[in-house]
Amino acid sequence: MRCGLSRSAGVEMKGTVVEPVIVVDGLTKRYGGTAVVDGVCFEVGRGEIFGILGRNGAGKTTTVECVQGLRRADGGRMRVLGLDPATQAAELRKRIGSQLQESALPQRIKVWEALRWFASFVPGARDPRQLMAQWGLADKANTHFSELSGGQRQRLFIALALVNDPELVFLDEMTTGLDPAARHTAWDLVRAVRDAGTSVVLVTHFMEEAERLCDRVAVLERGTIVALGTPGALIAEHTRQITVRFSADAGDLGWLAGVAGVDQVARRNGSVEVRGTGPVLAEVAAVLVGHGIRPADLRVDQPNLEDVFLSITGRRSDE
Amino acid sequence: MRLRMLQTSAWTEAKLFLREPMTVAFTLALPLLFLFVLGGVFGNKPSPKVYGGHGPLDFYVPAYIGLVWASVGLLALPVHLARYREDGVLRRLRASAAPRWAVFGSQAIVAAAIALAGGALVIAAAALTYHIHAPRSPAGVLAAWLLAGVVFAALGILLSCIPTSRGALSAGLGLFFVMMMLSGAGPPFEVMTGVMRHVSDILPLTYVTRILQAPWLGTALAWRDVAVAVAITLAAAAATRFAFRWE
Repeated sequence: MRCGLSRSAGVEMKGTVVEPVIVVDGLTKRYGGTAVVDGVCFEVGRGEIFGILGRNGAGKTTTVECVQGLRRADGGRMRVLGLDPATQAAELRKRIGSQLQESALPQRIKVWEALRWFASFVPGARDPRQLMAQWGLADKANTHFSELSGGQRQRLFIALALVNDPELVFLDEMTTGLDPAARHTAWDLVRAVRDAGTSVVLVTHFMEEAERLCDRVAVLERGTIVALGTPGALIAEHTRQITVRFSADAGDLGWLAGVAGVDQVARRNGSVEVRGTGPVLAEVAAVLVGHGIRPADLRVDQPNLEDVFLSITGRRSDE
Repeated sequence: MRLRMLQTSAWTEAKLFLREPMTVAFTLALPLLFLFVLGGVFGNKPSPKVYGGHGPLDFYVPAYIGLVWASVGLLALPVHLARYREDGVLRRLRASAAPRWAVFGSQAIVAAAIALAGGALVIAAAALTYHIHAPRSPAGVLAAWLLAGVVFAALGILLSCIPTSRGALSAGLGLFFVMMMLSGAGPPFEVMTGVMRHVSDILPLTYVTRILQAPWLGTALAWRDVAVAVAITLAAAAATRFAFRWE
């Protein structure tokens, strides 16, 4: 199955068209007759942070491993930085960075040695000291890999993925094992990496991360893309209902059901929950004020990517 | 650029090797132990019946130099690479910009440095304690030593195709001990039984030992031995191409 992306003119990003750094058209990968990736098509534009979302086993990692030339695809066409990953992998790997799941370093290598080692593979690599400072590893420079915590290892892997100053970097579940503070720091750093000109492919099952970081996301389910677009567009398209909440002990509020856009009104321990579509918050607020009710805690639960995921796949992303 | 890459990789690998005290001790100390045990028993007095009329230690020192290469190639190298695969280090290296020749080249450089250190230790110890004769053809010994390295590097990388480091260690130890006993570092060929001689004939170290002994003792080099060594190397390289996995 192809999508005709091979002759693509470019990727639209925030109103302008940018050159694609990745074109994947009909990618298929089978293991023992079962397709784990089945006709996947997407493009990533230069300077974009592109998210590949899905549960464990949805085919995310296999997809990016094929794109990096680490696995041979069974079908489809791919172009990464203008190169064919199947036949030009060596050239490609000089220009991309890769943070892989389930990889490691020699137990007794020190942090600075690992960075210097990987820096030696390409001309014009980044300064290991600068990377250690950025990724909070400066005081671990002389620590053996085996003595690093999970979060420190993860940050070292991200730093290694960036050491060759890549045009395109693949980050596979990069914040696994990071505490919330380190996670936010990592997000800021990934934004900075992109702002410096590197395109980013972010593989994650963590919806908040994708929503905060990605310009566009592809949702993968059982090896196929079931949704593709900006987080905002996906949320608008797949989660039409908004929930408005406020506290009220006033008696009958049944008249709220007649307000434009309201689908459903429910009461829960002194809290009222109004579900609806469109500018339902404004409509509800206006009617409440008209009835002399001025709740101090009137608020709206914005739908997020997790809701999109639930609505498309019928299950939560971490199930 | 390429030189710097190889330098950094080899230096990193060398430091990692030195941080594994067990491997260092085994590789460097075992041939010395052999030297002192057999040297203590036989000394270096020539006997017309065995060792082709050469002093026992003149005969054994080149064999021990080959034995060092065998221990590097059959034990240190494959266990190290198999552990890299097990831990996901090979997977990480493959995804990086490191070219294959740099990954294997740095292993070969470190292996050669260890074998050189081990061989030099054997020679120094033998020269100091038993006053062995200097090699008749130092250039020939050097060439033979390099050939020995190529043979055992190829065998080592082939053994590293065994998926786990535990499996690689078992296979390596089995091969190493058989070769240690029957390839010239143990009892001389003249006193072996028929079965031992047959086994000896199929062991790579037997050929490597004879190739090292010829220039050392000044005897005629059997080109057939060289041909067998080269054939073993080519066969191992071909099998590696087929069997090697990065993860």
